[in-house]
Amino acid sequence: MDIRFSTSAAFLLFVCCLLSQTPGSNGEVPPKPAGSVTILPPIKPIDGPQAYPEAEKASLPVFTMDYPRIQIPFEVTLWVLLASFAKIGFHVYHKITVWVPESCLLISIGLIVGAIMHSVHEEPPAVLTSNVFFLYMLPPIVLDSGYFMPTRPFFENIGTVLWFAVVGTLWNSIGIGMSLFAICQIEAFGVQDINLQENLLFATIISAVDPVAVLNVFEDVSVNEQLYIVVFGECLFNDAVTVVLYNMFTFVADMPVVEPVDVFLGVARFFVVGIGGMAFGILFGFVSAFTTRFTSKVREIEPLFIFMYSYLAYLVAELFAISSIMAIVTCSLTMKYYVEENVSQRSCTTIRHVVKMLGSISETLIFFFLGVVTITTEHEWNWGYILFTLLFAFVWRGLGVLVLTQIINPFRTIPFNLKDQFGLAYGGLRGAVSFALAFTLPDNIGRKQLFITATIAIILFTVFLQGISIRPLIEFINVRRTNRNLETINVEVHCRLMEHTVAGIEDLCGQWSHFYWKDKFLKFNTRILRKILIRDSRAESSIVALYKKLELQNAMEILDTVAGDISAAPSIVSLYEEKKNPKPKAYLAGDLRNMHDILSKNMYNIRQRTVAFTSKYSLPNDRHTKEILIRRHASIRRSLRPGSFQNSNVSKSQKYYSLPAGQSLESRFSPRRLTQTDDRETMSEAAYPITNWRSRSSQPTRSSSSRAMMPLKRLDTLKEAVSVDMLNENKEDSGSRAGTTRTNSSSRDSRLPAPRRQLSPPREEDNGFSDNLINVHHEAEEEDHPSPSPPPAWAAEPRYNANRNPLLRRPQWNPKKT
Amino acid sequence: MGSNKSTLQHIPNAEELMEETGFSAAHIQRLYDRFQLLDRDQMGGLRNEDFEAIPELVTNPIKDRIIGAFLSPGKDMVDFPSFVRVLAHFQPTNSKRSKTSSQEQYNSPTRKLQFVFQLYDQDRDGKISKTEMLQVLQEMLRMEETDEQLQSVMEKAFQEADLDQDDAISFDEFKKSLEKLDISEKMSIGFLC
Repeated sequence: MDIRFSTSAAFLLFVCCLLSQTPGSNGEVPPKPAGSVTILPPIKPIDGPQAYPEAEKASLPVFTMDYPRIQIPFEVTLWVLLASFAKIGFHVYHKITVWVPESCLLISIGLIVGAIMHSVHEEPPAVLTSNVFFLYMLPPIVLDSGYFMPTRPFFENIGTVLWFAVVGTLWNSIGIGMSLFAICQIEAFGVQDINLQENLLFATIISAVDPVAVLNVFEDVSVNEQLYIVVFGECLFNDAVTVVLYNMFTFVADMPVVEPVDVFLGVARFFVVGIGGMAFGILFGFVSAFTTRFTSKVREIEPLFIFMYSYLAYLVAELFAISSIMAIVTCSLTMKYYVEENVSQRSCTTIRHVVKMLGSISETLIFFFLGVVTITTEHEWNWGYILFTLLFAFVWRGLGVLVLTQIINPFRTIPFNLKDQFGLAYGGLRGAVSFALAFTLPDNIGRKQLFITATIAIILFTVFLQGISIRPLIEFINVRRTNRNLETINVEVHCRLMEHTVAGIEDLCGQWSHFYWKDKFLKFNTRILRKILIRDSRAESSIVALYKKLELQNAMEILDTVAGDISAAPSIVSLYEEKKNPKPKAYLAGDLRNMHDILSKNMYNIRQRTVAFTSKYSLPNDRHTKEILIRRHASIRRSLRPGSFQNSNVSKSQKYYSLPAGQSLESRFSPRRLTQTDDRETMSEAAYPITNWRSRSSQPTRSSSSRAMMPLKRLDTLKEAVSVDMLNENKEDSGSRAGTTRTNSSSRDSRLPAPRRQLSPPREEDNGFSDNLINVHHEAEEEDHPSPSPPPAWAAEPRYNANRNPLLRRPQWNPKKT
Repeated sequence: MGSNKSTLQHIPNAEELMEETGFSAAHIQRLYDRFQLLDRDQMGGLRNEDFEAIPELVTNPIKDRIIGAFLSPGKDMVDFPSFVRVLAHFQPTNSKRSKTSSQEQYNSPTRKLQFVFQLYDQDRDGKISKTEMLQVLQEMLRMEETDEQLQSVMEKAFQEADLDQDDAISFDEFKKSLEKLDISEKMSIGFLC
């Protein structure tokens, strides 16, 4: 419901805005009648112009048609649909999207449609005015980039990013502008009337890099994180810089003479714009985070706040003519971290999904229009100018990257090598922003058409040529790759230690680098910010957050891929195998297996690693319960909406798994669930039905499971060599959790599909958890149970303390990784 | 700041240190100045009190371990060569060194890993035991998490890393668990001079 609401709200907004902007554009579909038509000779219709004004008969019109009334929303919808169909169409043939970036395909479709329209002499809808683009089409794209920006690598590389974005863009603009001006002096090309300011303006337009296609390729190829983040960040911030420069140069282009004072003013303005934009963004981000602290009773509109505040940040920045792109990016950056802790799981999903969707729509539309407009505008072609533009764009970017890298490399801990630089230079595709800026050039620029043509030429050239060739090139020169799957607990702990160490050593040496600021910021964050901005502000370290995330992730994977076809003899192995196949590229099989290893010992024990563990103790009579459980599991799975969220390219470096809880899931909830907070859905919800069921199933076997319906507290049956330590800590564990039973149970419950294990411990587990029902008093007895004879089969399995649970005590989704 | 060799005369063994650790003369000079600054009672060595006097270091959760890493076993004072040697671990890996083979350099990835390993392994038995890891976790996260949670995290980390199931992580297991991580990226400081 939230999703539908938000989606329709967003779309409605979009449509209404377009409505106000495009009062009278012609229809895209030619043969639509231009008036209302009534089939029966009518009395005059109540609204709309009448076809037969002299109608007098008093019969009721049975069928009327009123096109102009709906014309604009209708056309908008059709365009959007058409573009989306194109997108669907690409993926039909999978191989295409691997080799040809989507932007190319979209432009091609646009070209085709444009050709069609041109031949029918239709005009494209005049939607690409300056206002429409900058107010409605650009914000979603930027919000999308900002929201899914991986924060940690970004901040670690922020110096480099800003360096490339700002100085790089300046370098490019000025370089290209100057060279073009020099070219203009050559009479042969016939472009002498373009003065320096106009050249600079044009150069600014075409130095806006927009490497959407490149980012996709980079991600597919898993280039090293540094390169990725620099390209990503550069694209974002250079938009801001370009727009600033553009405004400046537009202003300046009018002036006949440029004085040095103006140059200084320009520089000052640049700082005002940049920093002002960031300041606004942070302000709105904090306000938004603060607001979400109080939205626990109005969950349905939580996503709205996010969008409204971001958009507001953008608009207010536009009001003051400061960099709205920076504003919205910083707003979403700041906001994301706190908001995702405050809002419910569903809202979180909704937000992410809608942000992605809006961004995707905008981008699609823009590329699409690019294609259409290419055909339908009148072009002014000038071979010399355009070819030289292409040449200079290339050359200056290459030079720029080279020089800038040389300067900044000494300041980087990991310098860029030549291959990285090549990737950086070659990845300088132009795209949407250039296009829009060209279109919105003021008309007093004499050669506006030439500029538009040249811009389109560059965009097409870079997108097609570079976009298609970058992937083979990157793979060929073998840019340093990264392994995305560093996220094991182990590594996180060690990283943490290393960071502390380095910070300490730096303090020793009396110098600091980014760790210092990071430490400082984190302390500030924990002490002050979180308390203000987060509803239930208990600080949570990233290690624990990561842990939870991994567990949840694994849980979702398990749940999601329970195969529909469950036979009576559960072939666990085949279940597992099947799981591996639809897995997208993100995880190597080895890592996946690791995660599942962890999971299988950890909470669910659904799957069996038949390889690792001998099934000396497989109990035939367990099959029955197992099978029932599997069937039950499958039916739960059908009620969840599986798969789609996992495989989406939602975030570039964080994979998140949200619980796509369907309505049916809630109905299964036992009303006895002690809600600590309202509807924090986590895997507890998914697992809960299993719990209930499982408890019931254990009833026949155990007498003490009278409390089967109550949340179970703890499963520690998998301990084999139960040391005194463990027992003691179990005791404290349960003791301390007398109050917060429910949440623990949630995680516990997920262990319940234990019957799937073929080893004997299911029986043990029966003993174990049935006893571990809420009752704290049973502690004493409990401890006896696990200790007798853990079966030797488990010796093969790493000792695993079932006290994983405490970490899931707070059933809160924390995809953040600081 | 003097950066020619003649000003290093007063630093004992400066040249050997430079060769051994790969620091340039300017670096050594700067480190020496810093050493002098920290060594408040001018004893020629740093003790615990000197370390504790660094305000930023005091708030570091693992400061004791870091300090311990400087002190060689049996001594309670860190002299300048030890100081420099430890700091040499933190040079970026690809700084130019051509003399000794890469494995022996202080800033080779293996040496860095060994350094981290020793931060865990306080009793120097060559293995990280569960208690040692738990202690580290407690030190780092004490304010934020409860002990049970840390216990769980530790267990999980052990489970991931402890491949031969001997309840301790040896250096090889440690190394293997971090093989995908770029150590030199994490454990490097750009030394200014």
